[in-house]
Amino acid sequence: MTMAKFDEPGYYKHEDLLKVDYHPPRTGWMDTPVDFRPGTYIYPGKAKNLKYLDLPNPRNWAVTDEDWKLQENWKEIVLDGMAERLRRYRTFRLFMDICVRCGACADKCHFFIGGGDPKNMPVLRAELLRSIYRKDFTALGKILGKIAGARELTYDVIKEWFYYFYQCTECRRCSVFCPYGIDTAEITMMGRELLGLLGLYVNWAIEPVANCFRTGNHLGIPPHGLLDTLEFMVDDIEEATGIKVDIPMNKKGAEVLFVTPSGDYVAEPGIQTCMSYMILFNEIGLDYTWSTYASEGGNFGLFTSHEMIKRLNAKIYAEAKRLGVKWILGGECGHMWRTMHQYMNTVNGPPDFLEVPKSPFTGTVFENARSAKIVHIMEFTADLIKHGKLKLDPSRNDHIRVTFHDSCNTARGMGILEEPRYVMKSVCNNFFEMPENTIREQTFCCGGGAGLGTDENMEMRLRGGLPRGSAVKYVQEKYGVNQLAAMCAIDRATLITVCDYWAPGVKVTGISELVANAMILKGEKKRTKNLRLETIPGAEEEDTAQGNIEHLETIEGMHTTKGGSSNE
Amino acid sequence: MNVFISLAAVVFLFLAGLLGAGAGLDALFGIVIPYIAIFLFLGGLIYRVMIWANVPVPFRIPTTSGQEKSLPWIKQSKLDNPSSTLGVIGRMALEILCFRSLLKNTKTELHEDGHVAYGSSLWLWLGSMAFHWSMLIILLRHIRLFIEPVPGAITFLHKLDGFLQIGAPVFYVTSFIFPIALLYLLFRRLGDPKLRYISLVNDYFPLFLLIGVGISGFWLRYISKTDIASVKELTVGLMSFRPVTPAAISPLFYGHLFLVCVLLGYFPFSKLVHMAGVFFSPTRNLANTNREAHHANPWDYPVKVHTYEEYEDEFREKMKAVGIPVEKE
Amino acid sequence: MTLRDLLQEKKTAIVERWLEDILATYASDASSFLRRERDPFANPVSHAFRVGTRAIFENIVEGLDADTVCRHLNEIIKIRAIQDFSPSRAVSFVFLLKKAIRTELGNDIEDRQLSKELAEIDTDIDQIALFAFDIYSRCREQVYELRVNEVKRSVSALMGRFTGNDSDPESLPGPSGGNKSSGNPKPDSLPRLSDDDGLSGDSSSVRGGKK
Repeated sequence: MTMAKFDEPGYYKHEDLLKVDYHPPRTGWMDTPVDFRPGTYIYPGKAKNLKYLDLPNPRNWAVTDEDWKLQENWKEIVLDGMAERLRRYRTFRLFMDICVRCGACADKCHFFIGGGDPKNMPVLRAELLRSIYRKDFTALGKILGKIAGARELTYDVIKEWFYYFYQCTECRRCSVFCPYGIDTAEITMMGRELLGLLGLYVNWAIEPVANCFRTGNHLGIPPHGLLDTLEFMVDDIEEATGIKVDIPMNKKGAEVLFVTPSGDYVAEPGIQTCMSYMILFNEIGLDYTWSTYASEGGNFGLFTSHEMIKRLNAKIYAEAKRLGVKWILGGECGHMWRTMHQYMNTVNGPPDFLEVPKSPFTGTVFENARSAKIVHIMEFTADLIKHGKLKLDPSRNDHIRVTFHDSCNTARGMGILEEPRYVMKSVCNNFFEMPENTIREQTFCCGGGAGLGTDENMEMRLRGGLPRGSAVKYVQEKYGVNQLAAMCAIDRATLITVCDYWAPGVKVTGISELVANAMILKGEKKRTKNLRLETIPGAEEEDTAQGNIEHLETIEGMHTTKGGSSNE
Repeated sequence: MNVFISLAAVVFLFLAGLLGAGAGLDALFGIVIPYIAIFLFLGGLIYRVMIWANVPVPFRIPTTSGQEKSLPWIKQSKLDNPSSTLGVIGRMALEILCFRSLLKNTKTELHEDGHVAYGSSLWLWLGSMAFHWSMLIILLRHIRLFIEPVPGAITFLHKLDGFLQIGAPVFYVTSFIFPIALLYLLFRRLGDPKLRYISLVNDYFPLFLLIGVGISGFWLRYISKTDIASVKELTVGLMSFRPVTPAAISPLFYGHLFLVCVLLGYFPFSKLVHMAGVFFSPTRNLANTNREAHHANPWDYPVKVHTYEEYEDEFREKMKAVGIPVEKE
Repeated sequence: MTLRDLLQEKKTAIVERWLEDILATYASDASSFLRRERDPFANPVSHAFRVGTRAIFENIVEGLDADTVCRHLNEIIKIRAIQDFSPSRAVSFVFLLKKAIRTELGNDIEDRQLSKELAEIDTDIDQIALFAFDIYSRCREQVYELRVNEVKRSVSALMGRFTGNDSDPESLPGPSGGNKSSGNPKPDSLPRLSDDDGLSGDSSSVRGGKK
């Protein structure tokens, strides 16, 4: 049969043209095995890291290998592990039992929204475990099998767990909407613990854990390296402000021990956040100390196992005790605060050797931290600003139009929502909120939390970052927002990528950086450069021309993007 | 597939009750099975609750859905992020009585001019509320079949529920809402491919069971008009452990009763235990006092840590070289 | 009546069908969510598709303008480029428009005059498919660029010491820098459609954003 030519009517009736079937094949979720596609999974934990931490089954393997070199009796290990956890965690037992699959959570996960994989619906993520629970731990499942939603634990199930439990950022957004409070973060944590029993970890989480265990921080910076790093920041601070700040390191008898995520030591724009802490403490004259031993506020143990949370976190109180400080102050971080707020006091407390935190400048007693003795930098700063202890010139941030990304852990595992907003509004004249169902307790994850923030799973992260990205793009187009503030070290690393892809032109900043840029310091030189050592638009006579050009470019850039998709 | 299995099972069970009683097995369906069902229900429920109660809550992990209690001038969200027992009770009450979390389903509409409007996405919430509340009222209404004299509160409830009196017998509003809400929940499950994908027999079976109970109950009340006096004779007999099977009861009633018995027996061993389970949910029933008070983990155990001494031993020389103070020179 | 008038008349139906067909390329459980959920923030994927398909179609009817079309294509392809699609599947949605037009116009296109005009529209769609291919490639390049940038940023402070006091990752050696250059291209760097340029486009100008 000859095909009709394109200008002949027959061509357009050519059936083949219409016959393409775009519907993917349909199988029930229990029968759909995982397809490990590059860009969606994370590399496995290396043997040396597992060995260092005395974790089971250390070996080098690849996700795409047929054989994952599990122990002979892997099935027994998993089922015993499940039984043990069902005895230990009411959450686990309960969440296995009471889900009614109402679907309220189904469309709340950023990975489902951005990617459309049904197994990223929180309910199905939990069913991955629940189906095994039914088979081996419930009477109905044992008798009725698949009809009761039960399935056999197979090698493929393990692979599926590995894929999907490392595709959950433990952000807890779904748990806000669940009528029974079923928390997928708990499910994922259990799933990861079970995988851990088989020696299945992702390297991006387990290497930092091993590093942190040895050197005190995730990046593996040794003590002299840390001091060196901070000294570089001191130089930059001097260049920007003309003030030379001190670095109190492992100083015994200081009033406050300061801990912050190590992401702030070496990665942009965390560095500026870190510099800002030093500026703030120097300005108010806080008697504080850094610690090389407790040089990590974050805790990748949270992404590994409950035991690992405790093993890594032990350093914080131990160091506070050794140095003889009165209380602890913590920097801007997300999962660090989930750990500090919801786990630390239980796993390694109560720290009775410390005192109830009290701000030496305002006299405010932080009653809400009475037992754990650790205060969030935003609580501390908000209190300082409220009492007029900081001299601020918000107009220095006038070229910044900022919006705020609530970090999952601090929003849904702590509830620190107003303090950062108060601080930001005090130091910036242009603050804009993103749409209501994307902030506060309904905030969307950056897509890179809970050990997922590496680069080999970039596609997956960008899918997960889409909901956040589109909300940022909206305020960018509507209000000309050009900076996204976040008080989380992982956000500060991953949201840059999310913005570059989904809302190009929006930069990422820590909140403290905005504070330090607005602070009028005693004895400062004329501030013409911000902490990124960029010229502040319109700050210096000589640089006016230059500044204006840059400023114009920004506006022009804004304009172009604005025109970009107003065509609706 | 899951749907048909469930539907077939419920139809089979109903016919078993209907025909079984018709075939002279009314003692089995009127006495033996109800006792077994009640035993399973109470025993099973207690068993489940005991299991949950005996599993410790090692960590205090409430899902905080609002502003924490912090500085005195910052307004705390006392119900969404409670820090006191009273707040927790309030949060739980709103959750259990009003399904508050389902109410959080917000919807945004972006208008052509870029203006954003928010609304709630209420269908699931409405369907669940209608179903659960009408079921509760219907259950309470049934109390009059078990107790003599009927308590005043129950009589009042009957009046309230039957305020739309359009003849005799009194039409109860809940008799209609109950099956309609259930049908909505069923069609929602079938109509949304997303939900169909996640639904199991465990989801369809109880739905059909409840629909079966609802429709047969409706039939008994409004169409075949059961002899209430005989039914009461049966129930009071059961209650007082002097069971009788009055002859005047229709087989249809046994069909209804059998479905109820299956529901009771199935209840504790299925997802329906969420009724009791919701009270135990640690993400909802714990106050956010994490930093304010110590929460103990009953099975806490010592773990291997990297001590400061070990750390300093490894890095001492380097620390000294850059002037970081050390414990041992 | 010309074909363009006819298309204008049936715009809503055609665009709706096109969108439906695009959403049908997702697993059915996901596509129902994509179809039903109209909240632009809860469902950014279909919001982008909805806005994009309409604009592209309007553009075809009113006469193809490469800038506008590419801008809207970009919004759609950006999403599909990071989802579970093979390259061909990711851009195939453009051709679904042909199908949508045919289905909606039905027997009308058997008219010889109209079918000739339809051939022109088809050429436009083919052109758009080529743009789509360019944009897809650029999105993929960007994904890899983002990976590289992230690695560089994570060590920017350390690198800063070797390259002087400048800790700006943009100045680090490598294919391109961070925030600025990996952003989206300005419309003026997108391929232009000119008479002599025809189908081929100018591939060198598509590489985007680097001046």
